[in-house]
Amino acid sequence: MFKLISIELYKIFSKGRTYIGIGAIVIIVLSIVLGAYFEGEEILDFAIMNLKDTFIFEGKLINGYFIGYLVLNTLWIHIPILVALVAGDLLAGEANSGTFRVILTRPISRTKLLIAKFIAGWAYVLVLVLLMALLSLGLGLIVFGKGDLVVFRNNLSIFSSDDLIWRFACAFGYGILTMTTVAALAYFLSAFAENSIGPIIGSIAIIIGITIISTVGYTLLRPINKFLFTTYLPSWQLFFEFDLNIAKIIRAVAIQIAYIFVFLSITFFYFRKKDILT
Amino acid sequence: MRTETYISFDKVTKVYGKLKAVDELSFNVTKGDIYGFLGPNGAGKSTSIRMIMSLIKPTSGKIMLFGKELAYNRYQTLNRIGALIEKPDFYKYLSARKNLEILGSLSNAVNLNYKIDEVLDWVGLLSRAESKVKTFSQGMKQRLGIAQCLLHNPDLIILDEPANGLDPQGVKEIRVLIKQINEEKGITVLISSHILNEIEQIANRMIIFNKGKCVVEGEVQKLLNSGELNVSFYVDDKEKAKNSLSWSEWHKKLINEDNGCLVFSLVNAEIIELNKFLIQNGIGVFAIKPLRSLEDYFIKLTSDV
Repeated sequence: MFKLISIELYKIFSKGRTYIGIGAIVIIVLSIVLGAYFEGEEILDFAIMNLKDTFIFEGKLINGYFIGYLVLNTLWIHIPILVALVAGDLLAGEANSGTFRVILTRPISRTKLLIAKFIAGWAYVLVLVLLMALLSLGLGLIVFGKGDLVVFRNNLSIFSSDDLIWRFACAFGYGILTMTTVAALAYFLSAFAENSIGPIIGSIAIIIGITIISTVGYTLLRPINKFLFTTYLPSWQLFFEFDLNIAKIIRAVAIQIAYIFVFLSITFFYFRKKDILT
Repeated sequence: MRTETYISFDKVTKVYGKLKAVDELSFNVTKGDIYGFLGPNGAGKSTSIRMIMSLIKPTSGKIMLFGKELAYNRYQTLNRIGALIEKPDFYKYLSARKNLEILGSLSNAVNLNYKIDEVLDWVGLLSRAESKVKTFSQGMKQRLGIAQCLLHNPDLIILDEPANGLDPQGVKEIRVLIKQINEEKGITVLISSHILNEIEQIANRMIIFNKGKCVVEGEVQKLLNSGELNVSFYVDDKEKAKNSLSWSEWHKKLINEDNGCLVFSLVNAEIIELNKFLIQNGIGVFAIKPLRSLEDYFIKLTSDV
């Protein structure tokens, strides 16, 4: 199994498209850091303009943690695309290039190959999210230093800098889980396709489509909204509440795990019996 | 002496929806054979090969490889087979060596680095080992395809249209390579090709099938020599020859005449007798050429079905 995983990792990291994702994250984080460096104060002043009458803000509000939080907000839009770019290619790419004929005629089990491919794809998810975390927090702390984090959601919360590391760890950890769901969706679509474009666009369309439909038709879809994995994509924000809503967090995690299980089960069931005709 | 059967198809059928791609196909490939797979497009050649290699599952029937049922012994049997199916596809963004490392590793090849050099040298690609496959010509890819079949010292290799897309020189090179693999390495070969002349030149046994069914199976030369064949006699004086023939029973065998030659429909033994007759009648024979090739035979059989 280790041999299969290392081969799959080697293949993923030998492809140019893998580095598109990594490059995109570097560029986006750098842009945010530079933007905050040059125009951060004006943006922040604008954001807390109404609150200045009620509160007195002191200290460094633009700090490394603020950058980390900003990036968390921004990049969950982009990362599913980057994840789908690689996960959607894992099976469909082999079908398209005809290499299934070469590898599946070797004495290897299809189940093990599927596991190895998904683990390799998951490793890529890990690299993306960890890179995003390290780069945003690391660069943010180097450039802006430490400070308390002001969060504006339903209410205003100010977290002490001593109380933030575990919250970021949990938020990024949850991010890895949600991106694993996206990877499982793209992987599932990839098993049915014979070129990568379908599963890549398909998974993005599903995520965006469901999000739009469930937002626009919120009342109509209310009964099923709580069962859709897309509803829980921004649930990392639950870790930036003073009183953690453990029940909500467990529910969000359970929904993600359930979807991963369903997507992978169908993929395995289908692919193990699939006739390789390409 | 008992010969070992490497591949055995027993009434194997594969159905896609309403289409019967392979219909109760039975044949055997024995150790040491170069076994030809012949049939027009859509005859079921590739489907049969894909079933041997476990890429698709038969709808019914039994496939035995090396005396073991494939359905229950996939790993043990595939470990003894190298295959090049349809076209040589590789990871184009990797070098030839890296592709072989991956494939050899999946096939549990031993002394892999040494083996890679050996097979690349064997197919004449050692100097291009570090080049990315996307820079390879079609002929080089075909040779690399054969190289990857040999990495794990298989007992049987299966080549599906190995000469596809090659120029005449490339076709010849592949033919020589296949003969060497069979004769020098003792590897049994199953080869499918639409270049019938190639099969005629290298295969000792063959099967011709059409619409998923076996039309004929057996030794190539026996199949070609069975029944009558058209033979051209090139003579020094055609009119004199025709005149002599008209007084004998041989004129009934004359079916055509062309520039300088007379074409007869004969069984093998009659060729010698007719040659004697012409010489005894003072007619010089400077060439005798059987016209029926595998191609004629193939077309006749597949158009009859």
